[in-house]
Amino acid sequence: MFDRRITFWILFLPPLLWLAAFFLFPILLMGAFSFRADTHGALFSGWQLSFRQYANVWASQGFLRLLGLSALVALAVSLVVVVLSYPLAYFLAIYAGRRMGFYLVLLLVPFWTSYLLRVMAWKIMLGSNGVINSVLLYLRLIQQPLEALLYNRTAVTITLIYVWIPFAALPILAALQRIDPFTFEAAADLGARPLSQFLRITLPLSLPGVFAAFFMVFIPTVGEYVTPLLVGGSSGSLYGNIIQDFFTKAANWPLGSALSMVMLGVTLIFLLLATRLVNLRELLQ
Amino acid sequence: MTARRTPVSLVVYYFGLIAMLYLPIAILFLFSINSNVTFSFPLKGFSMIWYQQLSHNAPVLNSARNSMEVAAGSSFAATILGLMVSILMMRYQFRGKGLLVGLSVLPLIVPYVVLGVALLLLFSAFHIDRSLWTVGIAHTVVALPYTLLIIGSRLAGFDASLEEAAMDLGASYPTTLRRIVIPMILPAAISAWLTAFTVSFDEFALALFLAGTQPTFPVYLFSQLRFANRLPIMIALAVLMMLGTLVLVFIAERLRSRD
Repeated sequence: MFDRRITFWILFLPPLLWLAAFFLFPILLMGAFSFRADTHGALFSGWQLSFRQYANVWASQGFLRLLGLSALVALAVSLVVVVLSYPLAYFLAIYAGRRMGFYLVLLLVPFWTSYLLRVMAWKIMLGSNGVINSVLLYLRLIQQPLEALLYNRTAVTITLIYVWIPFAALPILAALQRIDPFTFEAAADLGARPLSQFLRITLPLSLPGVFAAFFMVFIPTVGEYVTPLLVGGSSGSLYGNIIQDFFTKAANWPLGSALSMVMLGVTLIFLLLATRLVNLRELLQ
Repeated sequence: MTARRTPVSLVVYYFGLIAMLYLPIAILFLFSINSNVTFSFPLKGFSMIWYQQLSHNAPVLNSARNSMEVAAGSSFAATILGLMVSILMMRYQFRGKGLLVGLSVLPLIVPYVVLGVALLLLFSAFHIDRSLWTVGIAHTVVALPYTLLIIGSRLAGFDASLEEAAMDLGASYPTTLRRIVIPMILPAAISAWLTAFTVSFDEFALALFLAGTQPTFPVYLFSQLRFANRLPIMIALAVLMMLGTLVLVFIAERLRSRD
């Protein structure tokens, strides 16, 4: 099995080195950089270990409050998205029958459309001379364009909900499809009415998919910065935007690194929580 | 099983939501054939002027070509790496396997803003100028989870005894991989490649940090948003790209579901 072992190293080393160099190492470097005290001099000269950046993050209430707010926005987005996509998945799994493939593609086409483009579409929808305002003006329902539609956190939330709906339907659909159809038949034979059949059989059995959908939307949304950049304006920014600011406009990389590490830590905690919840559910089945 | 009648409300809900999902996209399409620069209702008239102007707008076409290059290169690398990890994942037992697979899938979870600034820091620390290469490297990392999952699931569905038979008949392991395994998973590999291509082509959050003087299309599009009169041209190209992406996705899905 000599050649099998050689093949092992040929297959093993490139991905390992690639990920070490361009994924693991940059994050470790950023972690190290977050313990740098100041922004003076070259990137790696005069480096003294200091917790000053973390102290800054902690002392300034604004950063952590924005993180909490981003988590709240992400929570609202994921809850609404899961509630809105559940009936879609339910329709596809239970009633669509042979046409499910077609209906599923119809649902997924918007998701395959460019992300930036879909967010921009909402900018055009909500803008002060955008679609909603022009229609309302044309119908003479308003005299002045509504400014409050765009550039705030509500616009960000609406856009994110729009972006995630097709995606969240997928794990729920997969969970619903795993349910044995005879389960429904048995429930009906035993006299379960449709509503109690749904509440006591279908919904509990599809919960792993619901949890998966929730976290698949929640985790990326906490770190989102592109949507707020486009439709959020200054009053609708999220935690990801301050990280971006400290690496571009404000040019305070050590503080930006510390903020990034906090973000990463929070994400990993949520990931841990997600794996606990989803696995626990599967064990209960 | 007794025939179940589809509740009308559920059908109405499905098609209502589908309509809501398509509305903004339809509006973009209308915007690209609108003869006016601003989108005010009612529309004044339609024209193909933006599509015509597109054909001799060098910076826009340049950014599109940059995106093509980055997507072609990074998706190729991501497919090769994904192929390697998926063979290790399905056909080898070794210590550190969980670590390698976990590390390959983790970019799916890490926020793009965090990965973007970390790579920016890395390239700055080693005095590597930002370019299409740095964008491509980042895209390889984030596309790897997709290629790994697509190729890995194909490999899981195909019996290892075929390889054992080949080796019993005297083929070396590399030959077995080349003559048996690779041809079997070729459709999945092409599907993975197309998926990685579309992931890279559309990617903005990382590219914004890592693109140098040559912007990719999303980065260029973002830089032009301030100029209202240039928007229709950008949207015209974006609509064309959307159609292109859809074609790629359909091919990828076809190949993936073919078993």
